[in-house]
Amino acid sequence: MFKRLGVAVVGIGLFAAAAVPAFAQGTLRIGMTAADIPLTTGQPDQGFEGYRFAGYTIYDALVNWDLSKADAIADIKPGLATEWSAVEGEPTKWIFKLRQGVKFHDGTDFDADVVVWNLEKILNDKSPQFDPKQAAQARGRVPTLVGWKAVDKYTVELTTRVVNALFPYDMSYIFYSSPTNWEKQGKDWVKVALQPVGTGPFKVDRVVPRERLELSRFDGYWDKTRVPKLDKVLLFPMPEAATRTAALLAGQVDWIEVPAPDAIPRLKQGGMAIVTNKYPHNWAYQPSMVEGSPWTDIRVRKAANLAIDRAGLAKLLGGLMIEAKGAVYPGHPWFGSPSFDIKYDPEAAKKLLAEAGYGPNKKPKIKIAISTSGSGQMLPLPMNEYVQENLNAVGFDTSFEVMEWNALVTFGFQPVTGEASTKAGTNGINISRATVDPYSAFMRLYHSDYVPPKGANWGILKDPKLDELINKAHTSFDRAAQTKALADVHTYIVDQSYWVYIAHDLNPRAMSPKVTGFVQAQSWFQDLTPIVMK
Amino acid sequence: MLLYALRRLIYLVPVAFGVSLLVFALVHLAPGDPISAIVPPDAPQEVVDKLKEYYGFDKPLPIQYLRWLAVTLTGDFGTSIGTGRPVATEVASAFGNTIILAISATLLAFTLAVILGTAAAYAKSRIVDRLVTLISLMGVSVPHFWLAIVLVIIFSVELGALPPMGIGPENSTGWRLDGPHLAHMVLPTIALSVIPLGVVTRTVRSTIKEILNMEFVTTLQAKGMRDGQILRHVLKNAAPTCLAVMGLQAGNLIGGSILIETVFAWPGTGFLLNSAIFRRDLPILQGTTLVLAFFFMLLNLTVDIIQTMVDPRIKRN
Repeated sequence: MFKRLGVAVVGIGLFAAAAVPAFAQGTLRIGMTAADIPLTTGQPDQGFEGYRFAGYTIYDALVNWDLSKADAIADIKPGLATEWSAVEGEPTKWIFKLRQGVKFHDGTDFDADVVVWNLEKILNDKSPQFDPKQAAQARGRVPTLVGWKAVDKYTVELTTRVVNALFPYDMSYIFYSSPTNWEKQGKDWVKVALQPVGTGPFKVDRVVPRERLELSRFDGYWDKTRVPKLDKVLLFPMPEAATRTAALLAGQVDWIEVPAPDAIPRLKQGGMAIVTNKYPHNWAYQPSMVEGSPWTDIRVRKAANLAIDRAGLAKLLGGLMIEAKGAVYPGHPWFGSPSFDIKYDPEAAKKLLAEAGYGPNKKPKIKIAISTSGSGQMLPLPMNEYVQENLNAVGFDTSFEVMEWNALVTFGFQPVTGEASTKAGTNGINISRATVDPYSAFMRLYHSDYVPPKGANWGILKDPKLDELINKAHTSFDRAAQTKALADVHTYIVDQSYWVYIAHDLNPRAMSPKVTGFVQAQSWFQDLTPIVMK
Repeated sequence: MLLYALRRLIYLVPVAFGVSLLVFALVHLAPGDPISAIVPPDAPQEVVDKLKEYYGFDKPLPIQYLRWLAVTLTGDFGTSIGTGRPVATEVASAFGNTIILAISATLLAFTLAVILGTAAAYAKSRIVDRLVTLISLMGVSVPHFWLAIVLVIIFSVELGALPPMGIGPENSTGWRLDGPHLAHMVLPTIALSVIPLGVVTRTVRSTIKEILNMEFVTTLQAKGMRDGQILRHVLKNAAPTCLAVMGLQAGNLIGGSILIETVFAWPGTGFLLNSAIFRRDLPILQGTTLVLAFFFMLLNLTVDIIQTMVDPRIKRN
């Protein structure tokens, strides 16, 4: 009996030995939350995780992000363009000077024609290289771009529909794939997806759908300070958090995205490092501002902001959040100096509700559309239940319209006055927002011109003063003035309590002690090039 | 027999149309918009409309169904809106991976179930019978995704003996019959086999127990036939009932398990469906569900035919 058991144990041991192959130094294995490999053709899907692992790794934008610092918010820096500026007297025209000597992974040159070809790929549906999948991902990122032409081999002129001083931020989302490779793959983007070619620090060795993406160092990368120290990066789709945790603890991967908060003690016990940092993420309630909504009264909005015990919520999440004091966190260049301090003060909240005419017999009824899960939504169900308790404790009557993440995104495509919200009777929505650039942080969410479907001003907020402040930021070409204008916008929206600001995620990832040299930037994107495997 | 098989095959045609209609309707009834799942949340309406037109989602549902049916009849199944790859290729590769897992889980579950079920039915000792009943009850009751996570914690995390996820080692593509790939199969196979093990064990046990009480067994014993020979007769008599249950269970396994394949990141049909559900990838959802439904129908037909062959008493008119 014991002899047979011994044979079985040896057998399992042999299997295990065969199952864990020896890796050369410098191979980093990452477990992603995505259920499939993000699109590799140029414009990735799967949200910003796609940009992180199949965007800035394989490709470059004209304007890249500086992801080298952990102690400051990531900002834009020259990428495939060395400089850019709006044309004097014609502020809708931009000149981008391109970097010379940049090579694609296939050895071909990057130049102005490549830029034009790639913009046609996503913006001109009559062009032969037009790819609807990439267009779907990219068009919303460059809402004002309407014209493009090559001035000379290393200069392009881009035209915007309106004056947009923040246009360079938009261009950080557009990647450039090799036209030669597209020709070589029979002009078929599906084939390009399996053998993509960009200019980024990593080149693609192999794409196995639903299994893995293999990247390796591109020695010919133009930025010599960012030539990867790693030999290879392997990326695995692992949508299930428990799978990612087990894979990391078992040594099958070296790094996992978004570990479940309750797995963190076990990961730490297993010797894994939990890396966190603040980044532009905003988990909040976006209220209805149409007539009849209780949210139209500033006292109600302020009361809600003062009713939430954010420290308790942070405890619930194992410390993996920052208590929100606005759309961006204190210390962010756009935070400004709001006079309304968002904090936990239930007594002040009750007083404000009473002043607004509410009481035990007349409670402000709020119904928020929430999801059960979803990208950036953190732990929506327990978090919302916690907030509900807090709000009801000061006199709100809070309920939810619960739906699956994709249904909530679709729900948000219509404004509060649309059929979906009217039918559900909701007067608030809880979709976490990336506040990476000024357009996504303010314009699309608060400007009266950006009511869905054009933007994401779901609650139909109409405030001419706020519009003016946002417009000012988008027409200030001086960087300091631009930052000041954005800080003014933020100061104003906090003072007006236009949203109920609740939490900022801390972007947790867990990694083996073998991973060294990684600097977690204050960004949705991260730089894998300085990493060394011990 | 041949006529019977042919007739059953012809019956499959209207059933197949019904299934295709049901699959299409169910997929479209679910809330959410397929295009919204592939564009960023603030994509301009004009882009969303263009994509709807490109993928044909702007047409009325009956037209969409007929267009889908037309391409499906040619074996094309259309293109995934999530990846742009042909649905047929996606489903074929995922189906191959699921079959591998299904075969190993079927072999493990059915072999153990027949041994345990027969042992329990024959057992003079009540302890053996109760033990087997307990095992089969646990097989049916324990959530297999929970068991999967427990197995991973014990064998991968704590003992470091078996890999917790994936179809094979990092440096290989697809599945191959070798040590490393077999090691990747061990835990998902065990997790996947518990439900059929429980169900089939119970069926085998109760069926054999019932047959053992029949008069013909007493007659065989009275004739002095050896136990081994009697067992052969008993098993033959139990086969039709057990085969029917096994067929259904095999169908379930081949259908893939979304939960097990997701826990083990096994790139089969369950994993494909999971990804397609999150992306609202309707062509993939429709194609995979339809192929699985057809396969289930064919499997049922095969089981029926085998039952007829095994037990000539079954007359199917």
